[in-house]
Amino acid sequence: MLRHLLNSVLVAAVSAASFVSGSAIALTSDTAKRIAVGENDDRIKALSDALTNPDEALARLIDALLDDSAKVAGDAVLLVNNGKAIHAATGAATTLPATAEDVVNNNRMRNELEGAKAALGLFSESLTKRNNAIVQLKDSADEGKLPLIDRALAKETDAGLKAKLEQLRAAMLVASSDKQKRLDAVAALASSSQPSVRSLLQERLNAGGETDPDVRAALSTAVKAIEGRLVWGERLGVIFSGLSLGSILFLVALGLAITYGLMGVINMAHGELMMIGAYATYLVQNAFRQHLPNAFDFYIIAAIPMSFFAAALVGAALERTVIRWLYGRPLETLLATWGISLVLIQTMRTFFGAQNVPVENPSWLSGGVQVMSNLILPYNRIAILFFSFFVLATVWLLISKTRLGLFVRGVTQNRSMAACMGVNTAKIDTYAFALGAGIAGLAGCALSQVGNVGPDLGQGYIVDSFMVVVLGGVGQLAGTVYAGLGLGVLNKLLEGWTGAVLAKIIVLAFIVIFIQRRPQGIFALKGRSAEA
Amino acid sequence: MNTSIMSSTVNQSTATLLGTRARMALAAVIAILVLVIPIFNLVVPADSVFHLSDYAVSLLGKIMCYAICALAMDLIWGYTGILSLGHGLFFALGGYAMGMYLMRQIGREGVYKSDLPDFMVFLDWKEVPWHWLGSQSFVVQMFLVVAVPGVLAFVFGYFAFRSRIKGVYFSIITQALTYASMLLFFRNETGFGGNNGFTDFKRLLGIPTATSSMRVTLCVLTGLILVVFYVMSKAIIASKYGRVLQAIRDAESRVLFTGYNTLWYKLSIWTLSAMMCGVAGALYVPQVGIINPGEMSPAASIEIAIWTAVGGRATLIGPIVGAFFVNGAKSWFTVTFPEYWLYFLGAMFIAVTLFLPQGIVGLVRKLSAKYANPTKRGAP
Repeated sequence: MLRHLLNSVLVAAVSAASFVSGSAIALTSDTAKRIAVGENDDRIKALSDALTNPDEALARLIDALLDDSAKVAGDAVLLVNNGKAIHAATGAATTLPATAEDVVNNNRMRNELEGAKAALGLFSESLTKRNNAIVQLKDSADEGKLPLIDRALAKETDAGLKAKLEQLRAAMLVASSDKQKRLDAVAALASSSQPSVRSLLQERLNAGGETDPDVRAALSTAVKAIEGRLVWGERLGVIFSGLSLGSILFLVALGLAITYGLMGVINMAHGELMMIGAYATYLVQNAFRQHLPNAFDFYIIAAIPMSFFAAALVGAALERTVIRWLYGRPLETLLATWGISLVLIQTMRTFFGAQNVPVENPSWLSGGVQVMSNLILPYNRIAILFFSFFVLATVWLLISKTRLGLFVRGVTQNRSMAACMGVNTAKIDTYAFALGAGIAGLAGCALSQVGNVGPDLGQGYIVDSFMVVVLGGVGQLAGTVYAGLGLGVLNKLLEGWTGAVLAKIIVLAFIVIFIQRRPQGIFALKGRSAEA
Repeated sequence: MNTSIMSSTVNQSTATLLGTRARMALAAVIAILVLVIPIFNLVVPADSVFHLSDYAVSLLGKIMCYAICALAMDLIWGYTGILSLGHGLFFALGGYAMGMYLMRQIGREGVYKSDLPDFMVFLDWKEVPWHWLGSQSFVVQMFLVVAVPGVLAFVFGYFAFRSRIKGVYFSIITQALTYASMLLFFRNETGFGGNNGFTDFKRLLGIPTATSSMRVTLCVLTGLILVVFYVMSKAIIASKYGRVLQAIRDAESRVLFTGYNTLWYKLSIWTLSAMMCGVAGALYVPQVGIINPGEMSPAASIEIAIWTAVGGRATLIGPIVGAFFVNGAKSWFTVTFPEYWLYFLGAMFIAVTLFLPQGIVGLVRKLSAKYANPTKRGAP
């Protein structure tokens, strides 16, 4: 209450100061009334007239109109706050008469008011507020606000904002009634590299826009020039999102490459192991939020091992109880693991509900780095890209350099011979399967940062990830990587051309045809184990 | 494939296709279908204990459609050793072919009172697209019910079998096929009603579909077609052609070395199996009253495999028993304990593969052998 009082005193003081020092014609009671009541056209006219000479009182009035706290009593416009009323123009406190009526603003009026509020932001002290105002005004650029922009331009000191203002000014002038002004504006805009400017100019070229042939010619050259500058950003954007999808795909498929490629187990529950990893991330996030709110940004560091071990434990349990009995019978394994996946999905529904659960990005993973005007690389996707290569490197080291890896390879190549040499094959099977499951958990942890976490998380990836393994060729990791990245990029390239669904269908058709030609995948295994 | 399945089927081929007991059983089934169901549903009054409700009739009809699918799956999986995870696609294609005809039968009674199906009006199409040209004619659509799944299966199978894709690879590719088709049918532009598919059917051959007599007719028809397919499968399995199929299942390389071109054997039974599924889909749609791309989801196809596995692969009665058992359980569970249905289904997948490789029929045979021969312990 006290704070509120202080606030209003402050506002009054500031407005009084600007009254004395600033503008020649400040907001008068009469203007305030013309803005608040009457026909919409008149109100808008009054508003834009007042905008040529903005002051604090006007800002206060616009705010009040926007949050419906302005009332009209007779000739006076009153702003009501917590039951206290002040005069719109002078800021003097007054009592609220019982006859006061609400000011009603329809959508059109509201838009005008929003625009006016944004325009006022151009004169704010804060740099970010001015920047926001420019961004907001882009959507409602019309010639009426031109004098305001000119004044802001004269006052602006920051070079970057000045350039933005120039562009905004040009955008307003493109629709001017004066041909020369239009031509100048197009010339000014042609140097931009913003996608929004391109669509603005493109819009002028459409029917109902520009009619003058000279201006039209200038417009189309400008559009071409901007497009030339944008095209690389777009291309790189497609390639990046392709790589990002590809990195997710190969992270998902990496676990499968171990369980299927090395062990010959068709694990249809792989997607559900991912889901377990994602839910583990969710639980770690909740634990951090509750017990270590200060370290919340680093929950993901703890979630990575947790999701690995959660999924690996479930995987080891599955191997011991079900999959162990089905080695060498891939079709039966397929059905049994499908059954497991159904049970896991239903279990998650029982415990966490059928709805998606919210997993928040830590603050250092939200946002992105702006590489070009139309190319922003989100941090979480970059992180996943690196993470998947990190996992790949670790798995490769594990398989090719450690004793466990040696045993896994040995069992894969010749089970009975490995057993004869003293390898505990049953134990190795469990470890290898748990490793594959754990990698699935890591994939789930990564996915929780870019997508929804829910019981159906894994279902959407199972067909894709099998395609990656099949395409890459069974039994080694390199094929999985190439196939995953290749499919991701191919998918995104096609998406730009045909739309998401058709792109997916084309990719699937491509894989089916490819498998016809090379049943062993891109990298066929050579040697003794190939025909096993 | 494991040897126990092999031994269970070899001694089935007798000189005559069906023994006396089998003929009597078959006659009894036909009698139940043609006499008992119509009488108990239409003649017996609704408050009688013996009254068969409309719900039961349509459930029975639906499950018999599933049984046809399971039988088709058994021919290709149980007898030829090729697991298809895409049979739901053929089922849905047959259903869509029937659905197109039913949509045109609605006539001008749709929401928009147009000659075109409602969803086309909604998409602002002015005339039917090319693949709907024959949809006014019952004969054309019934031809498509078998032709579309048949041709698709033939073309797909030709390329797959020619490059010797088998085992799990084949299963995964069929799954990708049905998944891709589901995505395709989800699109409105494909011209099959998108997400919603076809529904709100009014009549079939000019006769309203929402009557008891229509429901009973369709149910009995489905049952009779199931019987025909059963006898046909029996004949196929007992023939020399059927023996070659089983040989392919057990040792394909040896069959190849003996001089058989397995491509044509596999391709023909694969195509036949797809066509049977198409017929099942066509019978399913008017009884259930809806067809949508959900039928093409990988889960729907894999369920067909579990009906077959639960009942007992490589026996012809097994898939039918399995379809009745699993779907009966499903309709009971989803009413009584909806949240436990997936647990039950999942447990069934696991239990059947681990403990009952020959399904219910195998279990019954084992138990009856034990009963008949109590001195011998366990199964042979």
